[in-house]
Amino acid sequence: MNLDHVVVVGASAAGLTAAEALRREGYDGRITMIGAEQRLPYDRPPLSKQVLAGTWEPERTALRREDALVEADWLLGTPAAGLDVAARTVRLADGTAIGYDGLVIATGVTPRRLPFGHDLAGVHVLRSMDDALALRKDLLAASSVVVVGAGFLGAETAAVARQMGLAVTLVDPLPAPMIRQFGAKIGGLVAKLHADNGVTVRTGVGVSGLVGLGDQVVAVDLADGSSLPAEVVLVAIGSEPATGWLADSGLSLGNGVDCDSLCRAAPGVVAAGDVASWTHPELGVRLRVEHRMNATEQGMAAAKTLLGKGEPFAPVPYFWTDQYEVKIQAYGMFPEDSVPTVVVGDPAEGSFAAEYHQHGRVVGVLGWNLPRETRKLRARIGGAA
Amino acid sequence: MKVLIDQDKCVGAGQCVLAAPDVFDQRDEDGIVVLLQEYPPAELHEDVRQAARICPALAIELDEA
Ligand SMILES: Cc1cc2nc3c(=O)[nH]c(=O)nc-3n(C[C@H](O)[C@H](O)[C@H](O)COP(=O)(O)OP(=O)(O)OC[C@H]3O[C@@H](n4cnc5c(N)ncnc54)[C@H](O)[C@@H]3O)c2cc1C
Ligand code: SF4
Repeated sequence: MNLDHVVVVGASAAGLTAAEALRREGYDGRITMIGAEQRLPYDRPPLSKQVLAGTWEPERTALRREDALVEADWLLGTPAAGLDVAARTVRLADGTAIGYDGLVIATGVTPRRLPFGHDLAGVHVLRSMDDALALRKDLLAASSVVVVGAGFLGAETAAVARQMGLAVTLVDPLPAPMIRQFGAKIGGLVAKLHADNGVTVRTGVGVSGLVGLGDQVVAVDLADGSSLPAEVVLVAIGSEPATGWLADSGLSLGNGVDCDSLCRAAPGVVAAGDVASWTHPELGVRLRVEHRMNATEQGMAAAKTLLGKGEPFAPVPYFWTDQYEVKIQAYGMFPEDSVPTVVVGDPAEGSFAAEYHQHGRVVGVLGWNLPRETRKLRARIGGAA
Repeated sequence: MKVLIDQDKCVGAGQCVLAAPDVFDQRDEDGIVVLLQEYPPAELHEDVRQAARICPALAIELDEA
């Protein structure tokens, strides 16, 4: 089939990169960018860091200057509401139908919510620029915040709020922060980092309710019967792939949009970024990676597939997080049964790198305030432990 | 080609060094990008373009005029 019109749904990191890659690879047909948000593409990692802290103006997060945007028809503020794979049409929320020859699905994820309390003022989630600005506004007017969920997003927000001078409580049902991502050893260090900076770390206990006075949140009830006073609450308990609009499409939605190793979900349909899962050709497992670097790499890979130049997508995933003066960087995979071994530096000194071993192989490398050495260790991934 | 880096935006990912080790390095203490060649030779241009594309912080700009 001739490729004369590519539609990209989701106008953010993965979608924009895919569109740019199409142009770079010589595609000169039509591109239509469909985005739910009104804003031109912007970068999300600074939202829980510089934007929340107020050190960057929102404009600084722009992924491209307006005069350097890829040539395309931009339909912003118009979410896609349906997909007909057989007829190759995307339906918008306003009813418009848009035909395509090639489709890039890059709708990312949406924050998971608690089953209660989100209608109260002062209760936030954090995914978009609007979310970040609303949270910052409330933090500026408050003296205390409870962060529900101690993954990287909750942990980064706790750090920023501390630096803004608020009293911060970080709550999670698991025994330590970021434990799901990097295991108990690193989780313990992250817990200590926050405690040393004055955060009250309440791990091992879940949230049972949010208490309002009128329509304003005033407390967070915990499962052990205690209650934490709260002027502001951030709920950061993970996310769900934004696939609601694909419910009737017939696409396989087991783990986001399920793709093969070339990022293909159906004839003429590819997916990339946080929303896409694919079979990693070297690891032989289905992955869905919610990291900034992956959005870029997979966006490029998916674009090449649409042009018939696809190759199996086999990245070494990369992730970083900044909390206080600490930068944690992670290359590769960190499965639950892998064991970290410190190979450079010393956790007690505040900078080190650890290899994660599984079945006698190095599967991941994690650096704690040791960027240059950690990058060099990346080459060890896949090799014998 | 002229290479411009924004050390304030850089997150120390080191992806640029992996893509073009003759043009980029990282500071030891914080991993922030260091430019080794402001005007890299033509044979390195494609590697440098790749570095600018994959930098997750958009900290590398190229002036190809
Ligand atoms: C606050 C925050 C901090 C982060 N920090 C880090 C970090 O330090 N390190 C790291 O590696 N990663 C970080 N990440 C993750 C990183 O930002 C994501 O991996 C990246 O944004 C994924 O890009 P994406 O294009 O796949 O999805 P997104 O950036 O989520 O973009 C998806 C876009 O699709 C739009 N959309 C959704 N549904 C529809 C629809 N039906 N129709 C049209 N458009 C739709 C959305 O509005 C959105 O604009 C962070 C994320 C957040 C939110
Ligand atoms: S790839 Fe970008 S963020 Fe990473 S070190 Fe290079 S310039 Fe900095």
